[in-house]
Amino acid sequence: MKAGSNLEKIFTQGHFAVTGELGPPRGASVEVIEKKASHLRGVVDSINVTDNQTSVVRMSSVAVCKLLVDMGLEPNLQMVCRDRNRIAMQSDLLGAYALGIRNVLCLSGDHNRFGDHPQAKNVFDVDSMQLITIVKKLRDEGKMLSGQELEGVPKFFIGAAANPFGDPFEFRVTRLAKKIDAGVDFIQTQCIYNMEKFRKYMHIAHEEGLTEKCYIMAGITPLKSVGMARYMANFVPGLDVPDYYIERLKGVDKKKQADEGIKIAVEQIQEVREIPGVKGIHLMAIEWEHKVPEILEAAGLLPRPSVN
Amino acid sequence: MVVAERKPIEEILAMVADFKKVLLVGCKGCVTVCCAGGTKEVGILGSALRIARKKQGNPLEVVEHTLERQCDPEYVDQLAPMLKENGFDAVLSMACSVGPQFIAKRYPIPVYPMLNTTFIGGALEHGVWAEFCQSCGNCLIHNFGGLCPIARCSKSLMNGPCGGSANKKCEVSPEIDCIWHLIYDRMVELGQLEKLRPVFPIKDWSTSRDGGPRKIVREDLKL
Repeated sequence: MKAGSNLEKIFTQGHFAVTGELGPPRGASVEVIEKKASHLRGVVDSINVTDNQTSVVRMSSVAVCKLLVDMGLEPNLQMVCRDRNRIAMQSDLLGAYALGIRNVLCLSGDHNRFGDHPQAKNVFDVDSMQLITIVKKLRDEGKMLSGQELEGVPKFFIGAAANPFGDPFEFRVTRLAKKIDAGVDFIQTQCIYNMEKFRKYMHIAHEEGLTEKCYIMAGITPLKSVGMARYMANFVPGLDVPDYYIERLKGVDKKKQADEGIKIAVEQIQEVREIPGVKGIHLMAIEWEHKVPEILEAAGLLPRPSVN
Repeated sequence: MVVAERKPIEEILAMVADFKKVLLVGCKGCVTVCCAGGTKEVGILGSALRIARKKQGNPLEVVEHTLERQCDPEYVDQLAPMLKENGFDAVLSMACSVGPQFIAKRYPIPVYPMLNTTFIGGALEHGVWAEFCQSCGNCLIHNFGGLCPIARCSKSLMNGPCGGSANKKCEVSPEIDCIWHLIYDRMVELGQLEKLRPVFPIKDWSTSRDGGPRKIVREDLKL
């Protein structure tokens, strides 16, 4: 065991893992977090807490993770390179561990151009790959980047993201291999809609032995409506939503589109479970946390195994 | 070269609103090459200011002059006779921001920048310039096929394209090439793709502005 988090135990004991996601509020409300968390309680193995996603200012990811710990839930701390330099990152990582946070997901971060403060100065002192090496150094060497010995070593289970649909496709598996070399334990992928391309990606990763070196979780985001599907297809760079899904959602009555979206998500979960090397799913139900139990129930992933 | 562009005329008119007589100084260096602050642009801005102020019934006297460079004290010194007892309210510099700072250091007169100094770059075609260098002080481009991910990747990523790279374009704007896609193509072309495989180590930014304002001292050249 590297960190002993619930998520790590789920993997090491051979279970198919399920993680959820919680977007912190654009304000100081604890109630919003409690409400979102209540839908995820008992149905996921760990909860990703996003770090000012889409560069919109939200409550601190570390603070929300701590609130989840206090609620008896396991958080997965997302940390982006956009807003912190290596000093702040190491400091926050040490603090996060002291607060009981055991999983960390290393990300580059959405560019601030997209957010609610496009005038901000960005940082990008290190990139996501290098952030992984920092967390690993803290954990495995007990040292800071400077070489300074730590008083108390943070034993994190280290995650990162992968987007099989970004360009150039040929380099995407190489990126995955680099992240494994950097020290990643688990990967959560970008939302998958183009199953054929994902299969191809996983096939190459599997052939190269990468699926034995880290736990890969397939990203699933249920489509709430045909409008959302169109938005994802046209306005989210690096996402690949085949026309098939748009046509399928268009084909049902507006009131039934949400149900159809859930049906699609359940089918996708079943499809990714058949792909060699997929060790879990990361369910990103964006502002739709209350549907998570229903989706996971329908996908046959409940109840979650309890591990020691 | 240093690439700059002129500030909007409204902003300049607001700067000079209280003045009656100004010295407008161009530069024959980089800003002449990028058509922002050479003799020609000095003439255009001078005329624009005179016309605008005449229309307002509040004429502005603009004396035009262009120096060889504004980033060398010996050329900036040449303004001394002009600035002596000529009743100028201010100097308007059309150099990159080094120029007005050199003038400010040399003469006790208010100095205003007419240009926004934008980046270190080059011309892609006639009338189009792009950024190529962030002057980090420790050039690494040979590791990336001769292309700079620090200046040209929106996130200065050192280990490959982020998830937002699509159709060779950056997630920030379809106007921006994904430099990492270009680096990938270039490394394939050179047969050096394996060079991108190792994790590129964390950069030391102390040679960049992060180490404080920089200075180069060449003892062999000092007089």
